Amino acid sequence: MSDDSRSVLKQLLDRLTQEPLDRHMSEQETAEAGQDFYTYNAEEQRRYEAEHSEEQRVEGLLRRWNRSGGEKQARGLYKLLCTLIMLVFLAVMLYTVSFLPGFGSAEHPINNDVSRRYIEQGLQETGAVNIVTGMILDYRAFDTLGESTVLFTAAIVVLLLLRRDEESEKWSPLAAEAVRAPHSDNFYEPQHDSILQGSARILVPVILLFGVYIVLNGHLSPGGGFSGGAIMGAGLTLWAIAFGFDDIRRFFTYKTYQRVVLLSLLTYALSKCYSFYTGANHIESIIPLGTPGAILSSGLILVLNICVGFIVTCTMYCFYAMFRKGEL
Amino acid sequence: MGFMQLLLILLVICAAATALSDNLLVSVIIYMSFSLLMSIVWIFMESPDLAITEAAVGAGITGLLMILALKKIHAIDARNELKKKKDKNGEDETHE
Repeated sequence: MSDDSRSVLKQLLDRLTQEPLDRHMSEQETAEAGQDFYTYNAEEQRRYEAEHSEEQRVEGLLRRWNRSGGEKQARGLYKLLCTLIMLVFLAVMLYTVSFLPGFGSAEHPINNDVSRRYIEQGLQETGAVNIVTGMILDYRAFDTLGESTVLFTAAIVVLLLLRRDEESEKWSPLAAEAVRAPHSDNFYEPQHDSILQGSARILVPVILLFGVYIVLNGHLSPGGGFSGGAIMGAGLTLWAIAFGFDDIRRFFTYKTYQRVVLLSLLTYALSKCYSFYTGANHIESIIPLGTPGAILSSGLILVLNICVGFIVTCTMYCFYAMFRKGEL
Repeated sequence: MGFMQLLLILLVICAAATALSDNLLVSVIIYMSFSLLMSIVWIFMESPDLAITEAAVGAGITGLLMILALKKIHAIDARNELKKKKDKNGEDETHE
């Protein structure tokens, strides 16, 4: 920056700081400021002209190339290269797959000590009949805590991006209008679709019950907190699609969402802290494992399943509500 | 040819169709059917846990969120489709 323009900038800054900010500049003042600001010295003028002529030269070249069918050739080349690259990738992938051991073969690398330990001792050590839940929520519970936190972070980002800004709607009629305007994306949707409402009346109770069953029975049968939570979230979403948000807002608001998710994450973290502490120091845990197969068995796994189920349900429904109208 | 082979062939067809279809909404719907097929394949591979999760998340929530995102960016809009058709016809006329 030359001394010339620096002094101009300083003048401008002085003027701005002396005057109250909300005073509008008169047109003449704006023009003057603009003139001051955009005056080039001779060297800059020369450089600008050189750049401009260069741009025009390139544009002319492009036009000539386009007229002589260059674009068509380039497109053809692009398609050819795409096909070639895809074929090479396909060949490399198939070649790599040919070295993998067969599906379910005995010398598969996953048949090592770890999985043998899980299969042979999983029931005694975790008390869970469903060995997958035993692995996810006991041996690898730290992973699952991370996954829940990732989901929670995703929900926070969605909230940040899509939440309706009620403050701005108060002072800006445009923002308030945008929610109800014909160009908003749910204006032309059918409001009371009888097929959708009838099927939702029959399906939603069954879906919600099935989700609760999957969460509570996670240590006994296939499923667990995540899949059960996703099913319950889908059920709530179906109800919201068919009947609108009013029914669900009676028991599920933004405050409920915050409290339920935070409490679930804290309960999860605290109970896992306890079992990590006892496990690392070889202390006998006071939580009984119970008889395998009973609903109140397998120690902390039931509690953790319920926590994960709550988090996933709330987050899935929150995603839908945020995408749909920007508030819970 | 068993049921499993049929499922796997359908999976490949669905995957290719998802990538190759012009309409984004059609892509999302084919992707959801891909997830449904995949959940049946998981049951045949004796992992019912994954089958439940795939059916709930892949065929349900993910597809729903993608359709909502498409609506948000006005990629699904009857007026847009009409406009596209009109533009195409107009182009053809000018070329002729």
